[in-house]
Amino acid sequence: MSTFLAFTVLGIVTGSIYGILATGLVVTYNTTGVFNFAQGAVGAVAAFSYWQLWQQWHWPFLLAIVVVVFVEAPLLAIGVEFVLFRRIHGASVERSLMMSLGLLVILLGVATIFWSSTDVVRSVPSYFTQSDGTVLSVRLFGANGVTIQYQQIMVVVMAAVVAVGLGVFLRKVRLGVAMRAVVDDPELVAMAGAKPHRLSRSGWAIGFMLAALAGVLLAPIVGQTGLTADQLTLLALNGFAAAVVGRLRNLPMTFVGALALGLITQYCVGYLPGHINPGLASVLTEVIPVAFLFVVLLVIPAARLAPAGRLSVRPVPRVVTARQSAAGAILLVAGMAVLASMVGDTALATLSQGLAFGIVGLSLVLLVGYAGQVSLCQLTFMGIGAFTMGKTFGNHSWWGLVLAVAVSGAVGAAVALPAIRLRGLYLALATFAFGEVMFSAFFSNSSVISDGTSINVGRVPLPFAHSVGDRAMLVEVAVAAALCAIALGALRRSAYGRRLVAMSDSPAAYATVGLSPVRTKMLVFSLSAAMAGLGGVFYAGQQGGIGPNDVQFITSLTLLLFVCIWGVRTLTGALLGGMTQAALPVFQTHLPHSLADVTGLAAGIGIVLLARHPEGILGMEWLTSRVRLPFGDVPAAQPQLLYDGEVARAA
Amino acid sequence: MPPEHSDAPALEVATVSVHFGGVAALTDVSLRAEAGTVTGLIGPNGAGKTTLFNVITGLQRPDRGTVYLGGADVTRMGTHRRARRGLARTFQRLELFSTLSAADNVRVGLEAQGRAPAGAAVGLLERVGVGDDAAAPVSSLPTGSARLVELARALSTDPKVLLLDEPCSGLDDRETETLGRLLTSLAGEGRAVVLVEHDTDLVLRVCETVHVLDFGQVIASGPPEAIRRDPVVQEAYLGRAPDPTFDAAAGGATTERERERP
Repeated sequence: MSTFLAFTVLGIVTGSIYGILATGLVVTYNTTGVFNFAQGAVGAVAAFSYWQLWQQWHWPFLLAIVVVVFVEAPLLAIGVEFVLFRRIHGASVERSLMMSLGLLVILLGVATIFWSSTDVVRSVPSYFTQSDGTVLSVRLFGANGVTIQYQQIMVVVMAAVVAVGLGVFLRKVRLGVAMRAVVDDPELVAMAGAKPHRLSRSGWAIGFMLAALAGVLLAPIVGQTGLTADQLTLLALNGFAAAVVGRLRNLPMTFVGALALGLITQYCVGYLPGHINPGLASVLTEVIPVAFLFVVLLVIPAARLAPAGRLSVRPVPRVVTARQSAAGAILLVAGMAVLASMVGDTALATLSQGLAFGIVGLSLVLLVGYAGQVSLCQLTFMGIGAFTMGKTFGNHSWWGLVLAVAVSGAVGAAVALPAIRLRGLYLALATFAFGEVMFSAFFSNSSVISDGTSINVGRVPLPFAHSVGDRAMLVEVAVAAALCAIALGALRRSAYGRRLVAMSDSPAAYATVGLSPVRTKMLVFSLSAAMAGLGGVFYAGQQGGIGPNDVQFITSLTLLLFVCIWGVRTLTGALLGGMTQAALPVFQTHLPHSLADVTGLAAGIGIVLLARHPEGILGMEWLTSRVRLPFGDVPAAQPQLLYDGEVARAA
Repeated sequence: MPPEHSDAPALEVATVSVHFGGVAALTDVSLRAEAGTVTGLIGPNGAGKTTLFNVITGLQRPDRGTVYLGGADVTRMGTHRRARRGLARTFQRLELFSTLSAADNVRVGLEAQGRAPAGAAVGLLERVGVGDDAAAPVSSLPTGSARLVELARALSTDPKVLLLDEPCSGLDDRETETLGRLLTSLAGEGRAVVLVEHDTDLVLRVCETVHVLDFGQVIASGPPEAIRRDPVVQEAYLGRAPDPTFDAAAGGATTERERERP
């Protein structure tokens, strides 16, 4: 009985924190239309700031909490709204997702720069302790009862205050009511005299404050042994799952979801045979929220195809002609062949890796650029391809390559199958969950990759050669990337390519001409995963193996961002994005610690740029008017015309 | 699923109701559209006309009621499968494939039917009167032309039932005139055309039957002449005593953009 009570208390406490986090997510989503992927990262930054103020600068802890939650968080929110989100108000799902993912990378970069040195352990003690360090607590239900710490009571009280307070605010307070209205129709709210910008800024501020509160409350619970940014950020997954239970709208259901998730996790930790395997508890706390999210995504009703009610004002991309893509391909292979004979080992490796990432980048052009779907687990597909190559046909054969492509494609279809009936945002969440599950349960699993670092993967053999050296490897990858680019260009010009673009532009209209968005999405998801798997074969072949470090969520994310920053609707952008991804870590080794996370910084700067230039660097007019790019697929600027004032919000 | 009956109406809506929260968007709406006719649907802003189109095409699930296409119950069928049974529509708020050219917009529809002979897309654009804009990106077209591209795309599936949601807004008088003739000729090909339009003059001129929707209910149905004289309609639509300049007054509503509930 006392065990049960103890785990119940833990479940309610962690559930309350997830609830606070998720509520912030829901409020931001409903006032701004942006799903803040960085919600956990905001919590992480808050937890670190709190540690800094309290433990380093010895402020009173209550003052530290107040400053973090009521000063730092809203200021950060206002800055973020101004720099990143103001210009994309009313933009498409994939574009606003990209911005919030960029914010995630920026915040993680900030945390890395300020709080990553290993000189100090960032441990956060409990809030209410006696001078000898014992945690203050009360005992309930006598000897067979349960001990509840004061800070646990505080967490639950805070959650209740948040729940009730927000309920009152959104229903009774003028600002709150207007905030609920703004996402439904910003024009109408503006006509009624409110300022949509101010309202969405309030939405960001509330979301950030709640994230900060969750981070501060979580700090002493997870931070006994030291805070890490990744750990805190991934805790946001719990918040995502809870928010999805509330279907991103319903605050009470969000709290119910959060509590259910907290309890389920704790009961599993408590009652599954964790004593057999001491490591199981930590695996469970990672896997259960993901599994929960996945299951919830499967059972929520399929989204109806809502007419977008607005026209995209994106410039119309110029489609690559067959001649242009052939010319670009020849240029690419010839250029790499010349470089292969000139540069040293490090550069060779970086170029090969960059092109392998470039192939994965091309798979993102297909998925994100053409079809308007977002995948956050593209490197997982890359890893699956590489793994298949490494485990079959003696790890270096053409048959292995064929199988790798087929297996990645099949897995891609399997992931898409249940998730694809959902809207873009939910699909992105499902891919995120899938990537995380594969990372913890497959690639990090010692029965899959026995030494925990990598399995061997050989190189694709060339005719007339005994082994493939680094120089030959570079040319080989260049040929593969060039062929992928040609294929993608041909696909875009085909009837199927027109369909992808049409589906992305208007799913509702797409269905009314008799086409099934579900089938189209599934096929494109599968094709894209297959291409990522192909990239994985070359990626792993270049470095000789594949392991858990190669398939991390954050790397999937930065690659996606770099491709978008260069131009996600261009073939050139994919290859440059891949190159950037491979080159930055090499630069990193030559830089001082103050630039600890150069990848994050570059992605951050790029995202700010992307907020102003939706087509990325390659779509910027001063560039397109001066330079001709190899694949000639630069988005052409178009005069943007507003219909009925309907698209004014996007402008 | 019942088979199609040759004698059934091309489209039948039976006692359809839709609620959005506490608001009744449609209450027990029933109407039918026969092949070879133009059926009008008029009513003030927010009366539920676009919601009804969304229910017919499957973009909105009704709380109650049934939708029949050619006598077959399609209420639970997905949008694209209804489209393959010969249902097509245009949207009041434009839903074009905005990064494709006008011709490609139509071509996607043609290719979906598995028949896209060269020149067919341009042919359809010419038929609706925007052949010259075939190569233009649709996002560069003025509203009126963009609506006509949507009409051409709807025709690309060779529909038996064609739902048009305010096709005339953004068109000048002469273009409206041309569109009216086009609608009559489309009906003459054996299609059932359902027209939502604020231009009451056009509706009363080209429609065999007119239904009047107000606050989610059909308040009147009948031939144009009867509708024109119906005091209930005049009350609901104009909100004042019968006026000899009925047409002009109602026609004035064309410029006002209808705002449907989501």
